[in-house]
Amino acid sequence: MEHRSHLYGLVGEFVTPEQLIHAVEKVREAGYRRLDAYAPFPVEGLSEAMGFKRNLVPLITLLGGLAGGLGGFGFQYWVNVIAYPLNIGGRPLNSWPAFIPVTFELTILGASLSAVLGMLALNRLPQPHHPVFNAPRFSHASTDRFFICIEARDPKFHLADTARLLQGLHAHHVTEVSDD
Amino acid sequence: MSSAQPPIDSPDISRLTPVLGPGHTYASVTDKISAIVLTRPTSMGWYIGFLLAFGLFSLMSIAIGWLITKGVGIWGINIPIGWGFAIVNFVWWIGIGHAGTLISAILFLLNQKWRTSINRFAEAMTLFAVACAGIFPLIHTGRPWYAFWMFPYPSVMGIWPQFRSPLIWDVFAVSTYGTVSLLFWFVGLIPDLATLRDRAHNKISQVIYGMLAMGWRGSARHWHRYQSAYLLLAGLATPLVLSVHTVVSFDFAIAIVPGWHTTIFPPYFVAGAIYSGFAMVISIAIPLRKAYGLEDFITMRHLDNMAKVMLATGLIVAYGYFFEMFMSLYSGNKFDVFLVHQRLSGPYSHYYFALILCNILIPQLMWFHKMRTNVVVLFLMSIVVNVGMWLERFVIVVISLTRDFMPSAWGRYFPTFWDWATFIGTIGMFITLIFLFVRVLPAISIAEMRELVAETAEEHK
Repeated sequence: MEHRSHLYGLVGEFVTPEQLIHAVEKVREAGYRRLDAYAPFPVEGLSEAMGFKRNLVPLITLLGGLAGGLGGFGFQYWVNVIAYPLNIGGRPLNSWPAFIPVTFELTILGASLSAVLGMLALNRLPQPHHPVFNAPRFSHASTDRFFICIEARDPKFHLADTARLLQGLHAHHVTEVSDD
Repeated sequence: MSSAQPPIDSPDISRLTPVLGPGHTYASVTDKISAIVLTRPTSMGWYIGFLLAFGLFSLMSIAIGWLITKGVGIWGINIPIGWGFAIVNFVWWIGIGHAGTLISAILFLLNQKWRTSINRFAEAMTLFAVACAGIFPLIHTGRPWYAFWMFPYPSVMGIWPQFRSPLIWDVFAVSTYGTVSLLFWFVGLIPDLATLRDRAHNKISQVIYGMLAMGWRGSARHWHRYQSAYLLLAGLATPLVLSVHTVVSFDFAIAIVPGWHTTIFPPYFVAGAIYSGFAMVISIAIPLRKAYGLEDFITMRHLDNMAKVMLATGLIVAYGYFFEMFMSLYSGNKFDVFLVHQRLSGPYSHYYFALILCNILIPQLMWFHKMRTNVVVLFLMSIVVNVGMWLERFVIVVISLTRDFMPSAWGRYFPTFWDWATFIGTIGMFITLIFLFVRVLPAISIAEMRELVAETAEEHK
């Protein structure tokens, strides 16, 4: 099979989080939109610099919690009133206060599972391989280095100009990354 | 580093020891923590400790094997004391777990920086304690292979669990607690697993850590959602941890047995849980920082703060003991009044006095800064509190059951060898798991320590 590797983008390395944020701001000012930043810890201010607003994780969590709570209560109601009614001393079948602990626990369970699975799904994880891992020094992204990757798909992308822009922002080791 | 003195009342800069030793960088915290797992040779002490713990763990396996062969008759339980050690140990272990969630969730929401270097192993402790706790109600059923009957599933028998029973609430509370603790722990671990993947030198560790890290690459998009999810999990785990021991206390409070049927039980159980949990975190932290030279990360500030939390929750527990007794006497209910007499002068009164000594009197030493910052004293105190909290559950379970309403139904409880073997065995299992955890996963969150380095650098600007 013919194997050709395409250019995925350009990667530049930074030493401090401040340099990273500065670079992200400048790159976005220059009109680039298809870019991502990589950091070994959540850098304060990076999301704002990248222009992220809200994300869907809180909504998914709310829906998961509602599903857990309503489903949990509904299920107990169904079991005790419809499927398996037990008349004990003439007490009401829908003895709702006694159903609250399980309803509460299932609300938390539904919300927590949705928060984690939702976060992973939106992040497209698990994803064993990603082109950015081809960058030669990228293993430092999980220790003490900060990276920017500008994708070749960006309409403004031009190999020489973009590389010059990154170098102008004091990026070390500006390298091309292929997508295989 | 500026020379300007920060204002004395600044909440971030304490006059005490800082939460992170001086001179650390992103690389140095990463190296130091990941080296414990990746490069440091396993010490002789680790092997000896592991073997001792594993020996006790094996004792538990034998005790449970014998239990399954012979039935619960090998224990000291009999009517009227049907609960015995199994429930005492269950409540004790589940309570210990609570500090892990408190540290990871509540202190996170309160933005307490000293949480950072202790949350990871405290969360691991929670998981292992819940695992130990879960064993007891399971084997106490007598036929653990039918334990799945407690879960609602459409069975051919056409019956469903009784959702009005606190014992079923327990099933849901404990299984939710275990699941959410695992999620919280795992989400926190993902960035660190990526670090280990990138730093591992042999193929097998690279593949295993790589699979667990799921391709985490530290993308800003990922971090953005990750932080939302983490914050939400902390917000969800906070009411959860309060609910779990509340539900456990309902196992007692919903019953009409004297000494159990009280409204003070939920808050008093939760406070007791946090009390014993912090004691266990201290019992683990002190040897851990010593063995791996982590004094820069788990500083005296951490130990001092944990001792203060322990003292505060201990005082809530003392208040609970006082009002438990006061309400019994003030109620004028003769069975409740009789119970107070039984605790003070009955056949198990020495357990009650030992409990007061361990949980109320000795911990008052923690009022003194000298005692809180003396590692040996603090370690011994944490053991004393753990013993005290175990005695508390023994007093609650056994004294009430041996002397309830009818003298003809009174009895005595004598734990057997197998009771002790199972209990001590779970301590072995707990320590075994802690030993393995320290060896294969980062015991301190590396990503959060890097964040702390960044924040500390910011403060000094």
